[in-house]
Amino acid sequence: MAEISKEKLLEVYERMQTIRSFEDTAAGLFAEGKLPGFVHLYAGEEAIGVGVCSHLSDADFITSTHRGHGHCIAKGVEVNPMMAELFGKETGSCKGKGGSMHIADVDKGMLGANGIVGGGGPLACGAGLSAKVRGTDQVTICFFGDGASEQGTMHEAMNMAKIWKLPVIFVCENNGFAESTPASYHSASKDIADRATAYNMPGFTVDGTDFFAVHEAAEEAINHARQGEGPTLIECKAFRYYGHFEGDAKLYYTDEMVEDFKKRDPITRFRQRVLGRNLVSEEELDAIDAKVKNAIEEAVQFAEGSAYPASEECLTDVYVSYA
Amino acid sequence: MTERTITFREAINEAMRQEMRRDESVILMGEDVAGGATLDHIEGQDDEAWGGVLGVTKGLVQEFGRERVRDTPISESAIMGTAVTAAATGLRPIAELMFVDFFGVCMDQIFNQGAKLRYMFGGKAQVPMVVRTMIGAGFRAAGQHSGSHYSVFTHMPGLKTVVPSCPADAKGLLAAAIRDNDPVIFFEHKVMYDEEGAVPEGEHVVPLGVADIKRHGSDATIVAIGRMVGFSLQAAEQLAAEGIEVEVVDPRTLSPLDENTILESVKKTHRLIVVDEDNPRCSMATDLISLVSAKAFEYQDAAPQAITAPHTPAPFSPPLEDFYIPSVERIVDAVKTAVNGS
Repeated sequence: MAEISKEKLLEVYERMQTIRSFEDTAAGLFAEGKLPGFVHLYAGEEAIGVGVCSHLSDADFITSTHRGHGHCIAKGVEVNPMMAELFGKETGSCKGKGGSMHIADVDKGMLGANGIVGGGGPLACGAGLSAKVRGTDQVTICFFGDGASEQGTMHEAMNMAKIWKLPVIFVCENNGFAESTPASYHSASKDIADRATAYNMPGFTVDGTDFFAVHEAAEEAINHARQGEGPTLIECKAFRYYGHFEGDAKLYYTDEMVEDFKKRDPITRFRQRVLGRNLVSEEELDAIDAKVKNAIEEAVQFAEGSAYPASEECLTDVYVSYA
Repeated sequence: MTERTITFREAINEAMRQEMRRDESVILMGEDVAGGATLDHIEGQDDEAWGGVLGVTKGLVQEFGRERVRDTPISESAIMGTAVTAAATGLRPIAELMFVDFFGVCMDQIFNQGAKLRYMFGGKAQVPMVVRTMIGAGFRAAGQHSGSHYSVFTHMPGLKTVVPSCPADAKGLLAAAIRDNDPVIFFEHKVMYDEEGAVPEGEHVVPLGVADIKRHGSDATIVAIGRMVGFSLQAAEQLAAEGIEVEVVDPRTLSPLDENTILESVKKTHRLIVVDEDNPRCSMATDLISLVSAKAFEYQDAAPQAITAPHTPAPFSPPLEDFYIPSVERIVDAVKTAVNGS
């Protein structure tokens, strides 16, 4: 971690806090009945998205999941259009057409959150193939959950990425539960990363609540991919504070589990680490907290102040129009 | 037989419960249909289990245990294919596919395997399985969780397709589907789960392939599917106040289709309006209009009309989704056009 500059440390802290604040705010807005539809929150997994995406530029790609807000923010998507998208407003990232589960920003290399579990694996291969054929050094990160690891698409994607040596990094965010079903039940593997052996690619299991562990593993995998050496599978073990979706009573959590989550909080751990080593000051981090709080409040104001799209907008952006 | 009022959700749950009591070869599997599998604090008292993402299977694991009510990994292809051959080898599985949109993941196992097995094997296999799946817009669930798509499955030879419009039919049709010896896709509109209706408490079986006339009338026939039946009945109320008497026919099962009830209604009313939440191209709406045009052409006094969703995916934003879903107003206008001319 010695190589991470102070500037970078402050930047990644801001990204993680932005995700946390965005998600906590979204939870509150949903509870107030202000957000329509399904909302799946990323709080608790911030170190994964940010730890990986801190190595990327806008030219690199990511594919995401239904729990995609954190990936968007980690990849640099602006929070104002994201929040507006959650409200279904015309100023949203997708003009209100996609909502929480389909936020995308292709200009930022964010190829979409995804409502289909495991849908992102093959899509990541396509972006990887494109970069390889076009001869660029772009990499693609495929974020997927422990639940998605049981989909056939993920097997197909990892195998194809390996045989074609595609610059794709498969990042399994193992938060312990596929909806309400524990990974200990749904997975035949002890560690999802063990499956890398079968694809003859490097595989690592890291603590997904430790930014520095994720950052280090991702750096190695991304360098490997940029050098044309093909894919890597990184499993990041973490947790999610919120339920599968907002409204989930989380019956599958025990009080002990929730207490344990708090002890492993990725943002608290990051703060303790960087403050303990005098890499940044408490004042600098607190200043970021205040900045983030304002930015998210502004995003909510932006979203609430924006108009809904006109009804006829339903009929646009189709490949073939029958209107 | 006494009747009482329960919800669409409870009616579906009751059908499964009664059929599982009646026939031990009936099993249920799907994502979180019990919930929390192997967690000590849940396994000990299964009433704490999820019972499906919207609680439709709540309580079944308590009565039937985890051998017969099985949580699955998120592996839709494996769920579907497992149901196909479990059915072909002696069980009557109910496979829950959380949202119909997820058929995109596992289409082969139903389309090429389950649907074709009996035919390809020269009649030497039966596939008595049911897929229960959620359909429909209205939840602001956006493009990958809001489709209807029953037209796609009705198009596939080898599948039976059922779309209930009220709690009593949901119970009776699901019981029939479970007892049927062929693969049946049972489409449950997610917005209807809390709708209430009178439902017989005991055994209640509604045969597949029999339409129901939900309202009698002489001026126009509305053939409506699923949630659109309720919308059409509302439209009929409004039209009755203006002196227009509409007949509302609910096919209930799209395959097999009760052509006769539909044709007889149009022969009586001379006007057809189809109300279908699915996308319009190559759909039930076009299929029903084709049927009536071919077999009751000379009885029609007005051009048949289809009130459907537009030919787009479902949008997220509330005003866009409201625009997407066929409205009572559009149905009323269509009937007036048919009756009065445009």
